[in-house]
Order: sequence, then structure tokens, then C-alpha cells
Amino acid sequence: MAPLLQVENLRIELTTRDGVAPVIDDLSFSLNAGETISFVGESGCGKSMTALGIMGLLPEKIGHIASGTINFDGEDLTKASDVRLREIRGNDISMIFQEPMTSLNPVYTIGEQIAEVLRRHQGLGKRAAHDKAIDLLDAVRIPNPKARVSDYPHQMSGGQRQRVMIAIALACEPKILIADEPTTALDVTVQAQIFDLLRDLGEKMGTAIILITHDMGAVAEMAERLIVMYAGRKAEEGPVEQVIDHPRHPYTKGLISCVPHLMGTLTAERPTLTEVRGIVPSIRQFGRDACLFASRCDLVSDKCLEGRPHEIGFENDQHSACWHAEDV
Amino acid sequence: MKILQRVLYAILLLIAVLVLNFSMLHLAPGDIADTIAQSMGGADAEILEQIRSDYGLDQPFLVQLGQYIWKVLHFDLGHSFFYNQPVTTLIIAKLPATLLLVLTAQLLALVVGVLLGVYSARHPNGLSSHFVTLFALFGYSAPVFWTGILLLIAFSLKIPLFPVAGMIDVTVEGGFFVRALDIAKHMVLPVVTLSSIFLALYSRLCRASMMEVLGSDYIRTAKAKGLSEREIVLKHALKNSLSPVVTLAGLQFSAVISGAVLVETVFSWPGLGTLALQSIIARDTPTILGILFFSALVVVVGNLLTDLALRTIDPRVRGKA
Amino acid sequence: MSVAEQPEEEIVRARHPFAEALEMFVKNRAAVVALVVLTLIILAGIFGPFIYPSDPFEMVWAPFSPPGEEGYLLGTDYLGRDLLSMLIHGARVSMAIGVSAAFITVFIGITVGALAGFYLGFVEEVLMRITEFFQVLPTLLFSMVIVALFGASLPMITLAIGLVSWPAVARITRAEFLRIRELEYVTASRASGSSNMKLMFKVILPNALPPIIVQAALMVGSAILFEAGLSFLGLTDPNIVSWGQIIGSNRQYILDASYTVTIPGLAIFITVLAISLVGDGLNDALNPKLRQR
Repeated sequence: MAPLLQVENLRIELTTRDGVAPVIDDLSFSLNAGETISFVGESGCGKSMTALGIMGLLPEKIGHIASGTINFDGEDLTKASDVRLREIRGNDISMIFQEPMTSLNPVYTIGEQIAEVLRRHQGLGKRAAHDKAIDLLDAVRIPNPKARVSDYPHQMSGGQRQRVMIAIALACEPKILIADEPTTALDVTVQAQIFDLLRDLGEKMGTAIILITHDMGAVAEMAERLIVMYAGRKAEEGPVEQVIDHPRHPYTKGLISCVPHLMGTLTAERPTLTEVRGIVPSIRQFGRDACLFASRCDLVSDKCLEGRPHEIGFENDQHSACWHAEDV
Repeated sequence: MKILQRVLYAILLLIAVLVLNFSMLHLAPGDIADTIAQSMGGADAEILEQIRSDYGLDQPFLVQLGQYIWKVLHFDLGHSFFYNQPVTTLIIAKLPATLLLVLTAQLLALVVGVLLGVYSARHPNGLSSHFVTLFALFGYSAPVFWTGILLLIAFSLKIPLFPVAGMIDVTVEGGFFVRALDIAKHMVLPVVTLSSIFLALYSRLCRASMMEVLGSDYIRTAKAKGLSEREIVLKHALKNSLSPVVTLAGLQFSAVISGAVLVETVFSWPGLGTLALQSIIARDTPTILGILFFSALVVVVGNLLTDLALRTIDPRVRGKA
Repeated sequence: MSVAEQPEEEIVRARHPFAEALEMFVKNRAAVVALVVLTLIILAGIFGPFIYPSDPFEMVWAPFSPPGEEGYLLGTDYLGRDLLSMLIHGARVSMAIGVSAAFITVFIGITVGALAGFYLGFVEEVLMRITEFFQVLPTLLFSMVIVALFGASLPMITLAIGLVSWPAVARITRAEFLRIRELEYVTASRASGSSNMKLMFKVILPNALPPIIVQAALMVGSAILFEAGLSFLGLTDPNIVSWGQIIGSNRQYILDASYTVTIPGLAIFITVLAISLVGDGLNDALNPKLRQR
């Protein structure tokens, strides 16, 4: 069976003051129906750009898809018209964002904001959309939904607002839900609840989820497969447990060793909690024919500075773009 | 509760205007007795004393102030010696003309300003954007009476599209519709002149706030919902970018009235501004002070209405109540 | 190529803030042109009467001679007075009133705003209520009343304009004070035992000045417009020529001689426009945070 979403050789360019930079550079991956995959990496690695690229929401005049294809259900989204993309957005593919506090329109009730998407895509009438909005509030576990449906966003907490965002995103039972750092702005206890909710609803509706995060802990709980992004490129990909157990890219290894509970057993192989030293290179460096992680890597050799590493495959579809993948 | 508080506060402000009025009257050289004596063609000291005691001018300041406020609360703003009429009657007769001018100009400035602002925000580098900038500079820098005279020369004298002056052509006869049309014709130039200042102001602010709103997270959400461009701009962005514009419009009420004084003079519009100027020339102090009070009243009511408008636009304002 | 290669960092040299502000100002072309125009107008006001000696009240030629005829560059008005001479003398009055009224405005505005923004609580409450009170009165009408009651002398007109326009400055000053009073260096100065006076005027005020300076520049423009409005209405000293007054006294004759109205109006327009463009330039130069917009 063909995958639900197949991204091939995607290149997204951003026009900055210093010229054009590839914020997504030759990215390929696929997503099967009902599957949950996760994109991880530090800020500025191109995770959000991937999401916006799929949604067709790249910042106007600044970002554009330079090459590659995004195949969704047999349709290339990079070639789809604006009208067609609007039909897909919020209906077949929907998205929730990092900032629940500001992602809802302050001057409309949450009920209206949920109902709107139902009217737009499902052709529901005013009454029906309103009733369905109440059901959805109930589904995202907001107590007393009949009363809360006429609340305004400022009357709700951050966690509640993110639940409303989830209700909006799942209103039309989409095939894909993109969750871009959905819990970063929330309290730790609320984070777990939101992840539970996403997992349960995703399973119930058969929605595939693309979870974008820099939290390796969340990945381990939520996702089946994992894609590690670094400086606009895919560093590593593979089944979550396998990658955590044996990362094949020094960057992945670094990320994992930052997370305490994945490091539950400190062994000789994984001696201490560390951080990945250094910072993501500036956007001007993107696109160079070299390994962009080299300046932060312990395994760096001349080869890393002279050419971009090819992907090397391991068992169970684990791939790593590192010249020294075998040695990691 | 909040609204009641606002109303009480507005009343206090108006009483403060009365205190100011009365103090200025007291501080100014010469008093009503002098004015009356002048209008009688001079009077000796004895008669002056008589007038002073008749009008209670020999009472202590605070007593007089109290009497003044008491009278105003009973809609008595004194007597105009020049027109020989109660000031309240005079003002009520002229108020509708001024309100018609001021409110129409505000409305026109708001509607056109918002349309222009929204359009140029959607096309930030287009011709309309430059037009808004240029227009704003003109609106701010050109003296409104000069703008009025230029329009008068152009569209009344050179190309006789509109009447030169006044509000009503007495030779026009007919039903309500015919007369309304006549007034509307007279209104065009004064209204356009008066709104030119504020139109520039509103369109500039509306453009700025629209551009800010269009970059906000909830607009991204609206896009992610698959809404059309039109729905995003007119439903999600417009209502949010309206708040600052309405707030500004509320603050401009007193400026609009100031502008109206000049515009009324240019177009001989029979309103409070013309009355104010005439009574100043005639040294008719009670009328001048009455007009100042009434204009403050209009501003205060305007501010309250703005408050109500903001409440309907933005639920967060309501939430604070 | 070394492993530790870092993206090149531009070397930023510390420069005098004034030089930086000047550079920002010069970048704003319109502001520079406006400054030149404004300087010319000011020079004309100061030296014009010496270079072009003539009495603006004297009837020099037949009334309503159009510009250019009989050697009168801008023609004559309804009383046969030389319009150019009137404009030059009017420039003096407009500038003088504009600047001194703006000075009064800024003085009252800063005092009220600083006290309100510094002391908070009761003082702030009372001062802000007073400010609101002054915003309720239509400024032009209010100053008309002052002039009507206390006489239309130049000082009284200036005072009237100043008295009615300060609330804007007070609000800006207060807002700046509220922001700056929370900053670390103010706390540090407070901790080191500075007096309130010193804190207010030596520590906070200098840092609050940039937006106030910009507002002050704009105030000069609005004071000029204000004076023009008053003298257009005839509420001015009849022994002094001003731009607004030329328009006011000639406006009955626009059919015969529209230039007697259009030309002085143009003078006001250009002057105020120049001032507001210079204000824009000052804003660019002094408020670096706004530059990104």
C-alpha cells in the first residue's frame, strides 16, 4: 500500500537579508495512515518549516518550495492550486501550534472558532456546527462544554486553549494532524494530559500524527518512528526504540543523552547526562557541501568537512546521514 | 457596574467644566454688569451696583459658583444679552447642525479610513499604501480652513457642483426627501473638509494595526483552517484591528469639534461654531461659556459611546468589568 | 579549513550615540529635505524684513494685483498690501508663537507627566484626571474662550495654545517614566540614596527624552496650525500680520483673488509639513527600537 504522505527530495528556500538559504535541504520521508512519526531537533533546524511546507503556509514572499514533491493521497501538494490547498487545510491535514495563548482569535467565542471549520469543510448549518462544537469540546475533555462553548479565549487557561486548538484541528477528522511543539508553552503536568489526548483521539479517528518537538521524552511516549533534523537536513531516521537504544548519528546521541529518564540506567556506554555543546550554525551556512554538524562533533574528520554525508541504511529502516555512522 | 461608574465619572468631568467656566468668568477683567452696562450705552456706578446685586454678583465666590452649577443642572445656562434669549435655547437651536456635521464627518472618516487602511495593508508596497502615507501627511499638515477654501474654490466656484454656503436653500420647496437632498448637497464640502484630517489619521492607524494583526498567530490558525483570504481579512483580522482605530476615533471627538468651528466658519454652516465666533465678537460671555460646556458634553457622550463600541468589538474589555 | 571555523562576526565599533542618530536622520531623505526647507523659512522670517524691507501694512499698489505684476512677486491683497511682505512678517509670528507655545506645552506636559509617572498612587490619579479633563474640552474652542475673555494679545494667544495642548506630552512623559522607573539603573540610583528630585530629573528624564523631543517637534507644527486657526477666525492682535490672518481677512474675496488665500495657506502647509517630516526623521534617529518597522 502506498504511504499516505510521501515527501521526496523537498527543498524549501528562505529569502533572508543575506541571500537565499535552503532551510529544508533534500528531505525525504513517508508517513503511513494512522502512524505517528516525530521530528526532533533544536530550534532552527527546519522542523516547523517542514510542517508549514506541507500545509502550504510558508511565509508569503519569504519562503517557497524550490524543488521536490509532497505526495498526499496521490496528489502532489507542491503543484496544487490555492483553492485546492484551502480545501485540504483544516479538513484532510490540520495543524496545531506551539503558542496556545495567542493561536486563538481573541474576539470570537471558542464555539464559533470550532464551528467555523465545520461549516467551511463539512457544509454543516449554524445549529449543527454549534452542536458538533459542543461534542468536540467534550471529546477534548473540557468540563461543562455546553457552558464553555460561548467562552472567549481569554477566559481559558493555556492547557484549555490547546485543547480547543485540538478540537478545531480534529473537527473534520483529518487524515493527518501536524502538532508543532504542542506542549512547549505548557506546564509539565498539562503536557502529559495533552499528549494522552492526542494519542487517544488520533487512535480513535485513525489520524496520522506528525509530532514536532525537541523533547525526546515525548517522542518515546508518542511516536513509532523518529526523524532527527539538523540544520535543515535529515540526520537520522528509524523506529523510536531502536534509535534511542542505538543512535547512529552523533547528534541523535547527543540529544538522547540530554534526557534524564531515557538515561534511567547510566551504563558504561552512556556514562552521564550531557548537553550537545555548541550551537546550530547560522542560516548562512546552510546548504554547504559538508556535514553541518562537524563543528560540534567529536568524531569529526577531514571527510566531514569536504562533503555532505550520504545516508547509510541499517536494519529496520534506520538511516543515518553521517560519514562515521558505523562508528557511533 | 463599570458602565455606571463611567457615567458618574463623566458627570464629574462636566461639573469640573462648569467650575472652570465660572472661574474663568470670575478671573476675566470686567463682569456681566459691565457688559450689560455697555449694551445699555453706559451706566453710572449706582446702576452697576444695582445690576450686580440683581445678578448676585456681590455674593461670595463659592455661593455664586454653587448657584451657577445649580442653575446649569436645571438646564439654565444664563441669558444672552446679545441675542436676548436664554443661552440654552440658542444652543439647542444650533446643536443639531453641528452634530450632523461632526457625526457625519466622523463616520465618513472612519468608514473610508478603515477601507483604505485595510486595502493598503493587504498591498503594503502598492500605490494605495503610498497614497495613504501622502494623504496622512496632507491631512496632518494642511490647515483645515485652507483645505475647505480650496474645495470651495474648486467645487463650488470654478465647477459649481455644490452650494457655496449655508445648510438649507430656502428657495427649495418640496417634501422631506427634496429637503433632505438639499441639506445633503450643502453637507458634502464641509463634511469632506472636516473628515480629511481624521480620515488620514484613521487610515494610517488602521493600516498599521491591520498589518500587525495579519502577522499574528491566530491568523496563522485561520489559514490552517483552510479559510479563504476574504474570510481571514474581513472576519478574523478586521475585527481585531478595529479596536485601536475606534479608540483613537473616541479620543478625537474634541478635535473634531475644534475642526468643526473652523469648517463652519468657512462654509457659513449654521452651527455652534458659527454661534461661538459671533458671540465672541459680540462679547456675549454667557453664550460662549454655554457652548464650551455643551461641546464638552458632546465629547463626554462621544467617549461613552466609544466605550460601548469597544465593548462590543473586544470581549476582553468586557471581561475587565 | 579548520574544524573550529565560526561564521564571521562583523566587528562593531562603539560610536558616539549622537553620530549614530545623525546617521539615521540623514538616511531619511524626506527629513533632510524638510530640514533644509524649514531652515530657509526660519531664515526668511529672521532676515527677510532686512533683505526685503517693506511695511506689511502699507498700501503699496492697487488691490488684487495678481502675483508678478508691477514687481510685486506675490501680488497685493484686498487692501493693496504687498503679500510677500506680509508673508515674511507672518513667518516671524508663526514661528515665534509655534516655538514658544510648544515650549509651554512641553514644560507643563513634562512636569505633569513626570510627577504622575514618578509618584504613582494618589498623585498620579489626580494628575491623570486633570489631564483627562483637559482632553474633554475641544482645544480650539477652549483657547477661543481664553482669548475672548482675557484679550487677544500675542502672549495670551501663546499661553492659550500652550494651556490647551499639553495633555499629549503629559501622557507620553508619564508612559516613559512608568517604563523607565522599573529599570535596573534607576533602582541602583535609588538604592545609592539619590533624592527624588535627582531621580526624576537627572536619572529618568534624560532617558525619557527621545520620544518627548519628537512630540515637541510635532507640537511646534500643531501650535502653528492652531495660531493660524485662531487668527483665521480673527481672534488675534490686529496690529500683527500672521499667515492665518491673511487668509481670514481675504477670504471674502476668493472670487477676485484666490491667490491671497492659496499662497499663505501653502506657506502654513509647507511649514507644518516640513516640521512633521523633520519629526519623523528625529523619530528614526532617536527611537532605534522603532527602526525595524
